[in-house]
Amino acid sequence: MKISISKIIIFSIVIFFLFVFWRGLKINNNYDTKSLIGNRISNFQLSKIDNSNQYISEEDLKKNTYTLINFFASWCSPCRTEHKYLLNLSNEKKQIKIIGINFKDKKNNALSFLKELGNPYDFVGEDSDGKISILFGIYGIPESILVDSDLTVIKKIVGPIDQIQYNKILKLTQ
Amino acid sequence: MLSNIGISLVVSVLILSFLIIYTASLDLKISRQVIKKNIYNLSLFQTTFIVLSFFTLIIGFINSDFSLINVYENSHTSKPLFYKIAGTWGNHEGSLLLWVNILVIFSYLFLVFNHTHDKKFRLYTLIFQNILILGFLFFLLLNSNPFNSIYPIPLEGLGLNPILQDPALAIHPPLLYVGFVGCSIYFSAAMASLLSDYGGKSFAQSIKTWVKISWCFQTLGIIVGSIWAYYELGWGGFWFWDPVENASLLPWFAITALMHSLIVLEKRNTLYYWVIILCLSTFTLSVTGTFLVRSGILNSVHTFASDPSRGIYILLFLSLMIFSALTIFFLKQKKETYNFNLKSRETFILANNWFMAFFLVTVLIGMLYPIFLDVLTNKKISVGPPFFNIVIIPLVIPFVILMAIGPKFGWIKSQIFFFSTIVLVTIGAIVINLLIIYLFGEYSLLSNLIFIAAIFLILYSLLDIKKFIKNKNKNELPRIISHLGFGLLVFFIGINHQFSLEEDFNLKVGEIKKINNYKINFEEIKIKESKNYKAIIGNFKLTNLEKNLVQYLNPEIRVYSNPETLTYEAAIKTKITSDFYLTMSNVSRSDYYNIKFQKKPFMIWIWISALMIALGGFVRLTLKKNED
Repeated sequence: MKISISKIIIFSIVIFFLFVFWRGLKINNNYDTKSLIGNRISNFQLSKIDNSNQYISEEDLKKNTYTLINFFASWCSPCRTEHKYLLNLSNEKKQIKIIGINFKDKKNNALSFLKELGNPYDFVGEDSDGKISILFGIYGIPESILVDSDLTVIKKIVGPIDQIQYNKILKLTQ
Repeated sequence: MLSNIGISLVVSVLILSFLIIYTASLDLKISRQVIKKNIYNLSLFQTTFIVLSFFTLIIGFINSDFSLINVYENSHTSKPLFYKIAGTWGNHEGSLLLWVNILVIFSYLFLVFNHTHDKKFRLYTLIFQNILILGFLFFLLLNSNPFNSIYPIPLEGLGLNPILQDPALAIHPPLLYVGFVGCSIYFSAAMASLLSDYGGKSFAQSIKTWVKISWCFQTLGIIVGSIWAYYELGWGGFWFWDPVENASLLPWFAITALMHSLIVLEKRNTLYYWVIILCLSTFTLSVTGTFLVRSGILNSVHTFASDPSRGIYILLFLSLMIFSALTIFFLKQKKETYNFNLKSRETFILANNWFMAFFLVTVLIGMLYPIFLDVLTNKKISVGPPFFNIVIIPLVIPFVILMAIGPKFGWIKSQIFFFSTIVLVTIGAIVINLLIIYLFGEYSLLSNLIFIAAIFLILYSLLDIKKFIKNKNKNELPRIISHLGFGLLVFFIGINHQFSLEEDFNLKVGEIKKINNYKINFEEIKIKESKNYKAIIGNFKLTNLEKNLVQYLNPEIRVYSNPETLTYEAAIKTKITSDFYLTMSNVSRSDYYNIKFQKKPFMIWIWISALMIALGGFVRLTLKKNED
């Protein structure tokens, strides 16, 4: 192939286009809530799912060394796949308390979901209309937020927890 | 169970692809002019398996087999059967399987139906097509497998997005896929043609049917999508310059240019490299469109697939396609001399190509500019209809006029110039335009010119029809239908744009609103339970005060349960002369409803004329070879 100016120009234009596309993939962060890390969560109150008139609020979380807030629902299939990691976590790491927030779900479905797969949560709060979850910056489930005793967000996991994420959680909480 | 069957079928297709590439490259070295029988057999097996795998998925959807994640996430037992089946391709994974199906089927058909052509050319085409098949199969298996299973098996599925539950939309993806993925075959053929030095007239003959097929389906697919947007999305228009619509237009411009210049290649044996460029870019643009839509870079109604990992894969594959195409093209390209007379048909076809290229670049810029700006400077802007309208509409005027005159010229060189006919038709067009102004009211200079140009093309096409009735030359018929369709389309869009009536207001039950000659009475609200949604139906009485005509319009607000979604169904009364269009949406915490009322003249004629454009293509397909 003879190299000519026009060919070089055409190749460079193509490379430039592809480069922009590739960068475009990375900046596509319309809903990204990574910026949440480092912020503190505050002002929330959750009522327990079984109607026992129990509440949990930020004061309760301050007692824990670490709290993992997990958003789940019985209708969410990836929630099923991440469930075993949550069970492992609650069995093995005593310094992490797990709070489940039941997102846009029916109470009975949620309870039978936990009955079927096991209950890893120290507290299950209900959020049937999804409003509390929005305050946490949740846009789809499963999502999880790891906070320390200051209630500062140290990790946010979008999508189901897998082995990699699980190991990261263990590392962060050592 | 189905998961295993599906995956085994797909894997066998993958293995067959490798085998085909291997045996075909062996066969390339043998000087015998006939392709070995076993290549046909392998290809036939491949087609059978891929079609079976698609049926497996359809069966999964029909039986609501929620052990497949794909079925679980996109279907529900309470869905009507029709939408269960349509759900198969109403999601990313399933539609990708359909995509591979079309790649494979076209590969087989091209091999079988082109037996008169050069062996090397056919084998190379087969090899390239199978490389494409492999690329998409790996993508399917590694990233977007529709046969992934889930355990424990859920009892109920999540449901198909309700706005996709529409007959027009159920057939829209398959049509578009035949159109867009069908382009792959002449992408492969163009590469093969370069490598096997099998160019010119015979190359044109080998691909022309495939170009026509994909052109027809693309055109039809785009129209059906537009009809769906009009009836379902309730925005009250037929074209929104939405990123996805634009993505579908890009390959359409390229393929329309290709279809025209292919005739030049066939008749005059020139423009070969230009045709190759168009072949290569049509499919490249299809994949680019897919990339932009599926990766989530562009946000639009097609939201089912924003997953960056998919984006990276498609982008990688796209880069590979572009670079190999460019390299082979530059290696094989030779100087071509063009010798066109100004007064010849080929010059006008070339003019068509320039216009198409212009439209393509305009839409491409409008579509990509926001992405570029975002990436390079971090600014967010959006390019909307005003940009496209300002840039494209004025150019439509000369385009339409050339469309009328071009076909009048003969190949190579025409001696006669139909000056008197042109003058007569122009006068006719101006008179009709004045008549419209007299009857309906005036409009801007630009609109005047557009109307005159459109009527010019319509009158010219009518003259052609008159001639056709006399000499029964079927060759001209498809072109006449499509060009007439385009003229009518421009004309009716113009009318629709000029004389639409639109009003936005709030109303509560029992209230009356007057607009020009119309009185709208919001009579009552009803609630209806349906199989998979609950509907709030408004009853509006529309009275035409001039003619004392009464009709009822019933827009709906639907609450779907699986998944929970709100959709607004417009009430549309279609008549020969105009559409009445009414949507209502609830205003939170009040008894008022927000009402959007529109009167759109000649709406149905926009669809009819657009369909005529596609019809021309289908008529061409039915013509026998010797008549073509």
